[in-house]
Amino acid sequence: MSTETQHDLNIDRSVGDFSYDVEYAYDAGVGLTEATIDYISDVKGDPDWVRAFRKEGYRKFLEKPMPTNWATKDLDNIVFENIRYYLAQGQQPKRSWDEVPDEVKETFERLGIPEQERKFLAGVEAQFDSEAAYSNIKAAVGEQGVIFVGSTEGLKEHPEIFKKWFGKVIPSGDNKFSALNSAVFSGGSFIYVPPGVKVKHPLQAYFRINAQNFGQFERTLIIADEGAEVMYMEGCTAPKFETATLHSAVVELVALKGAKIQYVTVQNWSSNVFNLVTKRGVAHEDAEIKWIDCNIGSRLTMKYPGVVMKGEGARGEVVSIALSGDGQHQDTGAKMIHAADNTTSNIISKSISLGTGRATYRGMVHVPKHLKGCKNNTECDALLINTNSRTDTYPAITVRGQGNAVQHEASVSQISAEQIFYMQQRGLSEGAAMSLAVNGFVNDLVQQFPMEYSVELKRLIDLEMEGSVG
Amino acid sequence: MSALTEAAPVQGSWPSWFHADQQKAWESFRALPAPARTDEPWRFANLKATDLSPFHEAGSVRDAAALVSRSTGWESVSGKLIFGNDALLHAESAALPAGVLLLPLDQAARDHEDLIRAHFMTAEPRLGSRKFAALHRAKLRTGAFVFVPKGVVVEKPIEIWHWVEGANAAIFPHTLIVLEEGASATVIDRFVSSGDEPSLAIAVNDLTLGQGAKLTYSGVQEWSDKTTAFHINATEVSKDATSTALQMNLGGCYVRGESDSHLRGEGSRSVMLSINPATGTREIDQRTFQDHYAPRATSDLLYHNALSDTSRTIFAGLIKVEENAHETDAYQKVRNLMLSDEAEANSMPGLEILADNVRCTHGATSGELNEDELFYMMARGIPPQQAAQLIVRGFLGSVLERLDHAELEAHLGEVLDKKLGI
Repeated sequence: MSTETQHDLNIDRSVGDFSYDVEYAYDAGVGLTEATIDYISDVKGDPDWVRAFRKEGYRKFLEKPMPTNWATKDLDNIVFENIRYYLAQGQQPKRSWDEVPDEVKETFERLGIPEQERKFLAGVEAQFDSEAAYSNIKAAVGEQGVIFVGSTEGLKEHPEIFKKWFGKVIPSGDNKFSALNSAVFSGGSFIYVPPGVKVKHPLQAYFRINAQNFGQFERTLIIADEGAEVMYMEGCTAPKFETATLHSAVVELVALKGAKIQYVTVQNWSSNVFNLVTKRGVAHEDAEIKWIDCNIGSRLTMKYPGVVMKGEGARGEVVSIALSGDGQHQDTGAKMIHAADNTTSNIISKSISLGTGRATYRGMVHVPKHLKGCKNNTECDALLINTNSRTDTYPAITVRGQGNAVQHEASVSQISAEQIFYMQQRGLSEGAAMSLAVNGFVNDLVQQFPMEYSVELKRLIDLEMEGSVG
Repeated sequence: MSALTEAAPVQGSWPSWFHADQQKAWESFRALPAPARTDEPWRFANLKATDLSPFHEAGSVRDAAALVSRSTGWESVSGKLIFGNDALLHAESAALPAGVLLLPLDQAARDHEDLIRAHFMTAEPRLGSRKFAALHRAKLRTGAFVFVPKGVVVEKPIEIWHWVEGANAAIFPHTLIVLEEGASATVIDRFVSSGDEPSLAIAVNDLTLGQGAKLTYSGVQEWSDKTTAFHINATEVSKDATSTALQMNLGGCYVRGESDSHLRGEGSRSVMLSINPATGTREIDQRTFQDHYAPRATSDLLYHNALSDTSRTIFAGLIKVEENAHETDAYQKVRNLMLSDEAEANSMPGLEILADNVRCTHGATSGELNEDELFYMMARGIPPQQAAQLIVRGFLGSVLERLDHAELEAHLGEVLDKKLGI
């Protein structure tokens, strides 16, 4: 495909590209030592066991090597000493909109988040830097017994519910970045949905990074009790800064017998952010966990949402869209661990590489011994727009024993010249034709996003293609 | 401690320039680290199986004539070399067209220095076995050299036999095939153990194809079930040349295969095939690379594994499309047929695409015997055991069709039948 369309395809990231001066009430300074962790624990009033958990995480973080034996060398550009690990405005999440400081409101309003969405979303937990600046759960959800709080509040006030699973789905030593998160986590959402409760409206949280060199380390734990259903949506936009920013979240999902959890992410960090996220769910008997993941922003994203299918009949699914523009590397994928009979998993991944962008799919599918009736289906499709775009696919599939069916397929293609020619014949510019073709490529996956997000996604893709018309 | 990994190489019948390179290879072998858990090219591999300490350099075979008489393969060959424990036992080349060379490698190094310098182990192994390839080079005593000059077509196959004999004997089979512009040949490499003793084979086969050349290469490995074997390949394909290479792994305890195809010229084509009936405790560990440097080249990989008992297979393949290798057409497929609850198949089909306007697909499947097919045959009076065997034969044999050589397909089909007891 021609190079002259390259500039036209650059996404307009200026939509989230602004910041306001905020006076930080708590600031742990730069760099990470044990004293930083004590400082965070003191400020947050952590129970002793949480403080011990953080220290254990810190120890493992120091022990673990960087995964550069398989991952990109770009990771070596993270300077851990130059990062701020904790920063928060205040300790108590704000409950009502009126209490939210004006300048914070203004930031959110520029993003077009709250007023209208509040009307149909069950609760908004908007994270402004480390702590939730705003938290609201509609009375109806609260009455159903749903707990929707920040991580600090969850561990302090509901340990009987959250302690059992906290750090169990993703042990702090899982990888270097989950260990780092375990040491310095703050913010994120802790959600408990009682047995049989089906939360009608999606729960939503917005995350933003708003300080130079400031890492954000949310911790999210969602537990859907037997037969419960919940959808959680997470979206990110971040102001652009001159030095790299580290974002390393840990998200743990627990779907007990017959429960359903859908976790939706639209990631649009600015292009200097390292986004290194560990996401995993455990699905018990007949439970279902579905990750719907869209990565558009960041400098480097490494994220492989996983499902451990622990109970018979459990289902896991990952739907992933990645868009890599100039200078970006979207290193995404999925992990499916079958640990019981008759478990089913499905991975569908589509990536688009533009300009010098690089999209990588990494997958792991594991079917251990003596299991019967396990099925996995994996499909990865990559679209290359320019001559210097790059795409990679690195799946790893282990199957032990017979009685299971696993299939993986991947393809790489470019937008066909015939398609573009056909559309140009009908009066569309090359840019508009490209835009249509790209939208067509991801359309079936975009349909799977909840309505609000598919609108947002289409808007993002349109923005990207905007300059190409005329 | 064994002389294999402790004693410096001896010159034997090599010319000095060749032996000087062997000394360098020996130093590399000593300096290079052993494979480690965290090395990506050794992911999933059973590293204990790569321990060389039980083995020693092979001595002479007991009865050369017996091995020669057991070397019955293709009925009417155009040339044949038989090696036993890295010594030439038999050579025939009367039916070869003029100009074609079929020589033991040490003789070729003496008489055709330029050719050997230009083509012998020129590509650095990239798929994990650098250390083992260095040992191969250092300890090499001879090998097979096939050279087909410009425009010459060798109609009948050339057959090369590599025998190993003796408990814990180590051998280093080597096959170097060079086809000049427009040349064409079919080569069958046979790897056999004389008994059922444990042994070590570190084999290298390098295939070099000039412009428009056509090579059909089949490596048929029937090592004893206690043999540790490395089969390291590099294939260089020039403009409009077609290489078709098959690896049949019918024996061995731990078998490591590395096949590295370099598609250097426009319109070049590399077909990479493998047939792997994995039985007992066998581990078949295969790493492949389809590296596209030039535009409009094609590569097509098809590996079929049938896993029974407690066998394991590892397939790690990479298609890489370098910058400017536009209009690449690359395909990669591995299929695992699971015949036992204890077997394990690992598949890592990879793609790295740095150019646009390409068509690259890969696939990996793992499944079991098709119940409908079994039922169909049982309904016609075929006992279930035999029906299953026939389905496995059909599954593995379908790869042979890709050789696009009916006689060779029939011949290798018979070898497969014998192995499967059909």
